[in-house]
Parts: sequence; structure tokens; C-alpha cells
Amino acid sequence: MGTKESTQASNAHLTTPTRLTGAEILWATLVGEGVTDVFGYPGGAILPAYDALRKFPIHHVLVRHEQGAAHMADGYARASGKVGVAIATSGPGATNLVTGIATAMLDSIPMVCITGNVPSKVLGTDAFQEVDITGITLPVTKHNFLVSKTEELAGALRQAFQIAQSGRPGPVLVDITKDAQQGTAIFDFEAAKPQPYRPHPMLRVEEAGLLHAAELIRNAKQPVILAGHGVMESGAMEQVRTLAERAQIPVALTLLGLGGFPASHPLNLGMMGMHGEAWVNHAIQEADLLIACGMRFDDRVTGNLATYATKAKKIHIEVDPAEVNKNVKVDVALVGDLRAVLEDLLPRIPGRDGSAWLKTIDASKGAVAVRDIKNLPDSGHLYAAHVVHDLWRATGGNAVVATDVGQHQMWEAQYFHHDQPRSLVTSGGLGTMGFALPAAIGAKIACPEKEVWVIAGDGGFQMTAAELSTIVQEKIKINIAIINNGYLGMVRQWQEFFYERNYAASGMVSPDFVKLADAHGIPGLTVRTRAEVDDAVQQARKADGPFLLNFMVEKEDSVYPMIPAGNSLHEMIRRPGKNPLVESPED
Amino acid sequence: MLHTFVAYVEDLPGVLTRVASLFRRLNININSLTVGRSERPGQSRLTLVCEASAEAGHRIRASLFKLENVVDVDDIAQAPSVTRELALIKVAASPKNRAQIFDLVEVFRARIVDLTSESLMIEMTGVESKIEGLIEVLREDDGRILEICRSGKMTMRRGHHVSSVLKAMGAVDEAPGNAVPVAVGDVAANEPE
Ligand SMILES: Cc1ncc(C[n+]2csc(CCOP(=O)(O)OP(=O)(O)O)c2C)c(N)n1
Ligand SMILES: [Mg+2]
Repeated sequence: MGTKESTQASNAHLTTPTRLTGAEILWATLVGEGVTDVFGYPGGAILPAYDALRKFPIHHVLVRHEQGAAHMADGYARASGKVGVAIATSGPGATNLVTGIATAMLDSIPMVCITGNVPSKVLGTDAFQEVDITGITLPVTKHNFLVSKTEELAGALRQAFQIAQSGRPGPVLVDITKDAQQGTAIFDFEAAKPQPYRPHPMLRVEEAGLLHAAELIRNAKQPVILAGHGVMESGAMEQVRTLAERAQIPVALTLLGLGGFPASHPLNLGMMGMHGEAWVNHAIQEADLLIACGMRFDDRVTGNLATYATKAKKIHIEVDPAEVNKNVKVDVALVGDLRAVLEDLLPRIPGRDGSAWLKTIDASKGAVAVRDIKNLPDSGHLYAAHVVHDLWRATGGNAVVATDVGQHQMWEAQYFHHDQPRSLVTSGGLGTMGFALPAAIGAKIACPEKEVWVIAGDGGFQMTAAELSTIVQEKIKINIAIINNGYLGMVRQWQEFFYERNYAASGMVSPDFVKLADAHGIPGLTVRTRAEVDDAVQQARKADGPFLLNFMVEKEDSVYPMIPAGNSLHEMIRRPGKNPLVESPED
Repeated sequence: MLHTFVAYVEDLPGVLTRVASLFRRLNININSLTVGRSERPGQSRLTLVCEASAEAGHRIRASLFKLENVVDVDDIAQAPSVTRELALIKVAASPKNRAQIFDLVEVFRARIVDLTSESLMIEMTGVESKIEGLIEVLREDDGRILEICRSGKMTMRRGHHVSSVLKAMGAVDEAPGNAVPVAVGDVAANEPE
């Protein structure tokens, strides 16, 4: 971190045009954009930048693998809403970022990735550690830049920040040749400011559309709001809530939408789609109106399109014109920023009595769809659903949870009830294993005051476990819960359901995770029964530093209900041989 | 159906890759693509023709607009427009059988732009079918065609004012009717080429 004098010096650069090296311009521009933390890993082509790092008030987190840097920047952005920044060297450093960039792209996360590249005079010659990273990342970035002139650096970086956060957010990569870092130019932060962002020219919210939408809402008997990630990206939590409350419309959420509408709200239905509870998907199938807010009718949400919500008219409020009528044909498209559109729409929505429909849904909860957690066999084994449930209880839901990908991710979504936006950090679109641990580090650095938990599978945790060292080096407190079922559980589940239990390459041997943590100086505990869960969780929470809990759960449990890919929403697989375990009413 | 997109893009390295990459990703084959300088400083104009479902037009246009370097996109669809293609065709021709080709060139209103003792080069502008017609006739003689070079289609909406192009681009979605231009006085321009 910079000393006081250098902080002042760097701030002076922001107001007075000064001659700086490209490396200094890089950091000075980041400071100007409000960046305080970056996640990175050095190497030859980015060394000039690292050489100048100490002069600037920016905290650099040294990762153990560049994929970790990208996921950390991503987790930082998801938890805070700010732009996350990752930095890597050319060649292998840059290619290691790619999975993390694609993860951010599919979930529309604002992120800026900076890579060094070989000197401009050898570009395209297969020089040592040269890859065409702008070519490689073209389809997985919102935009990217190759900067080979020092005087173009500030402008490109500022534009990158603008693009990352505007419209539908996304990752932007800036590739900077070594000579552009070493050369000098006049740095003029103000002059490098980009033109105002051009909104997508096909955004269209017309009076007629608003009137039509209001009329559909007024006349609907069985409406459902579908709330997605856009609710958070657009900051429309209040507006969605007002719409739901005023018109008494129940709200179903996508995986990335969880937290955008409080789980504890009486109108909250829960998660929709492949692993949504039965009543949620039934409500959608029975609905006569769907109001889709900042969601994109992903295949994990709709199942078979031909049979999806056939009785419903559809209103789609969406910021990306390319998403409208892509999967599901809609009756009214309001193409614009969700919050702005809802603000225009709300004055036209009168109070409405929705009690009959809400009662119907409630009845379906009781009859066909008691929560799966109540059906777990009383075998004395530990179930992942119970672990998640108890963790939710212990934290009062006041934690940021970063999950990995697989069964535990779905159990988290089902049983950790998120009341706060940005409290669930999970890879939805790409489903990237290895995401949880680095994403949690990013989230913790963005929100140091928050309690942060990792919930990861035994498989995914091993993909990026090296970042345990990063936690230690950064001296941050993160609690880690490994849901250890000895399998790539979600793969095993698919093999059980669809491949005649042919468990090919899904059983996995793992290290003793507690010993692994210990080798990093991180204390931990293995938990084998439900009776131990609460104490273990409290011990982890009370510990000053990071803590790892290794939950040895039932090996061959599956996530229910499940709608097999491509099936209709009402064709779900339920837990066989229901053997309800009598639990207290709060369970 | 056949879609024709006209787009203005920033004249920078890599922009064409971004456009082409979008179609590659959608698994849509580009039938033809022409690019060149436009009336706008720093912006190239391209005409891109591809085969895709009727509904795909909206999404392709919306996706093109999502590319940061794309400034304007017009989906020509069925709008009144003029489309032309340029072809250079080199054919084998000796002094003895040249006359026959001269006649053909006359009929098709093409031009001879190069002549050597063994070959000659035909230049022809027109709509696709007319160019295909000439090529077909030339093919009747086996081995006569030595080389064909075609520019791909260039399309421009009909209308009097340059600024109407801009307007039409903004207006296409709301009221396709607005885009119908004032009839061009010159009959030749309206003839079914
Ligand atoms: C990088 C990556 N590789 C493969 C997959 C496919 N995949 C999805 S879930 C899963 C199993 C995850 O196993 P584990 O981390 O143990 O979690 P569990 O399902 O057992 O809770 C796999 C292999 C993926 N999502 N990401
Ligand atoms: Mg597992």
C-alpha cells in the first residue's frame, strides 16, 4: 500500500495533467475510478505495472491461480455492486483468467481484467508467453481492448469501467503491451473520460406497452412475478416489492434472483425451475399472467418450452433487447432498466385482491409438496439439507454465502433463506466448480464487516483449494463448510436417474480437509452427526480467524424435486418412498 | 429466409472479427459481406447477407447493437432498397472466338475491362440473378471460365436524402411505413433488374 505522500501525489495526478509511465497511468486511472482492491498474479509482461504498484493506494491481493483472481473480482462485484478488478501476466496468466471471465459474462457481472502482453513490435510472432488474449476472450467478454500505445491507456481503461457497469453489465478485458506500460504519456484523467454511454438503441418502453401491462395485471386472476438477477443489478428491490404487495402477487425467484425479494416475505414463493419446490413450478404452470422482471427464461428455469406456462400471458421487463422473445414469446415487452420501468408502471397499478390465488397456492404447498427436508429418512446420517438449514438458523441468515456448483449449491438455494440482496454469491449461468472459495475471498474483501461462508462440495473445493493460502496471507476471516459426500454428487445424481446408476468417474477420494486446513494454519473440525452441527458452526463463527468444517454427509442423497432437463415443469422426480421425519414446525 | 443487415461500424482493427464472430456463434453462415468506407468519418459501412429464420432478425440486430464498435444497424428485410453486386470474370478467349463473348457482354450490359491474346476480363454490376445468368451462359462452354471474383451484395434503402438513412434506421421498428421513400423519378432505377 502507498505511503501518505505517494497517496497525495497520485491524487494530484487526477487533477493536474502529468507525464507518467503507462504503468503509473494504469494505477492512477484505477484510483480515479474508485478502485481500492485488485486481485492478481505477476509475471514478465505485467512486471512494469507491478513495479509501480507501491506508489498507489491500492491493495493488491496475491492469488494462487489466476482463475482465483477472476473469481475473487467477480465475488467482490457480486457482494458489493462495485466493479471487480483482476490482473494477470500474458500467456498462461491470461488464459488462466478465461474460466473466471466466462463465469462473469454468463451472469452479467461488472468486472475489469487487465493483462500484460508482449511488446507491440513482437505482437503476432509467437513471442515467449504470447497469446492472443483479446481473440480468445472475444466471445466471453462484453468488450475488450488491446492497448499498445501509452497515450491510449487511460482512455481505454476508463471506457472499460464504463462498459462493464452500463446497460447489462459484464466483464471487460484490457490487454496492455509491455512497451505501453514502459512508455510515458501525459496523464489527464478528466480528458480521458469517455463519451456518455450510448444506451442500446432498441430499448423501448412505450406508453401503449405500459397501459397494456397494467391492464393485464389488473385483470389477472392467477399472476406470478418472476424475479431474476436484474432486480439486484438494477437496484429494483423496492419497486418489485411494491408491485407484489400492492397487487398481492406472489414472487418466484431464479437462482441468481435469490435475495432480491426477501425469502421471509409472505408473498415469496421460493426458487423456480429445475430444483424449485413443487408449488413454485405448479404456480407458474397454472398462472394466467407472468411478470418477468430482469430474468432471461433460462432453460434451467423453463424446462420444455412447448409446455411452459401455456395458460399465461407474459410481460417481460428486461434491459437487454436480445433477450426479448429469445426463448419465450411474450405479450408485452418493456425493454429498459427494470427499476425505471417499474417506476413508470407502478402509478398505473391499483390495489388488488389476490387472496383466492394465494390460497390456492398455499393449499398446494400443504397437499403435494411438503418441503423435501421433512422427508429425509431418520437413519441417523447427516444430510446436507440439514447442515444448510442449521447454518441458516445459526447465522440468522445474516451472512454472505458463496457456493460452489453441484448438489450442495441447490440445497443452499432451497434451505438457506436469503432476505438480503447480494447475500448469495453463486455461479448460475456457467456453473463453474471452484468458484466458491475465491469468490468468498472477493466478497469478504468487498464487505469486511460481513460474516462470509463458503459452502462447497468435496469435488469443487479441490479445484481452487490453493486459495486457502490467500486467506491466510490476507488475514481474513472466512468460514468454510465442505459438504463432503465422497462423490461429484450432482454427476452421481444424474447417473442414478438417467444412466442406470453407472457411477463412472464420479466417486472421488479427497484429502483429510481438516488436515489440509491445518497445513495452512487454519483450524477445522469434522462433523458426522446432526447433533454436532450447531456447536461446530458456533465454534467456527467464534474463531478469530478462518475456520473449516468438514461435514461428512449421506453419500448417495439426491436433490429433490428435480425436473429432468427438457421435461415440463410439472413432470418432476420426487423423493422416493417418502418417510417423513417429524420435525419441529420451524424446521 | 434471407436477411440483409446494413451496419455502420467503427473503422478499427478487429471490428470485423467481432461482427463475424457473432454469426459464427449463432451458427449462421454468412452468404456475403461487403465492407468499405462510408460518408461518416471514422466509420465503415457493411452489408451482410445471411440465411436465418424469420424471427432471428430481431435478435441478430439486437446482438449486433450490443457490440461496442457497432454504431447503427438496419435490418433491410422487405424495405424498398437497391442491391448490387460487382463481378469480375476472366474467361479464356482467343482472337478467333472473342466475338461471341463480345456479343454476350453486350446482351448482359457488362463491360470488357482487360484483353490479352488468351483471355479477357468481364466486369459486371447488377443484381445477383443477372450475374448468375451471365456465368451460366459462359459455363455452357466447358473450361471457358478461368476465374470469378464477386464482391458480395451492397444494399441501400431507396430514398432521396442521405439523412433519411439515419432516420429510417431509428424508425424501422415503430413504423415500417415511414421508411417508404418518395418514388424515385428515374424509371431506370425502379426497373426490376
Ligand atoms: C469446472 C466444472 N467441471 C465440471 C462440472 C460438471 N459438474 C457439475 S456439478 C459436478 C459435481 C460437483 O461435485 P462436488 O463439488 O463434490 O459437489 P456435490 O454435487 O457433491 O455437492 C460436476 C462435476 C462443472 N460444473 N464445472
Ligand atoms: Mg461432493
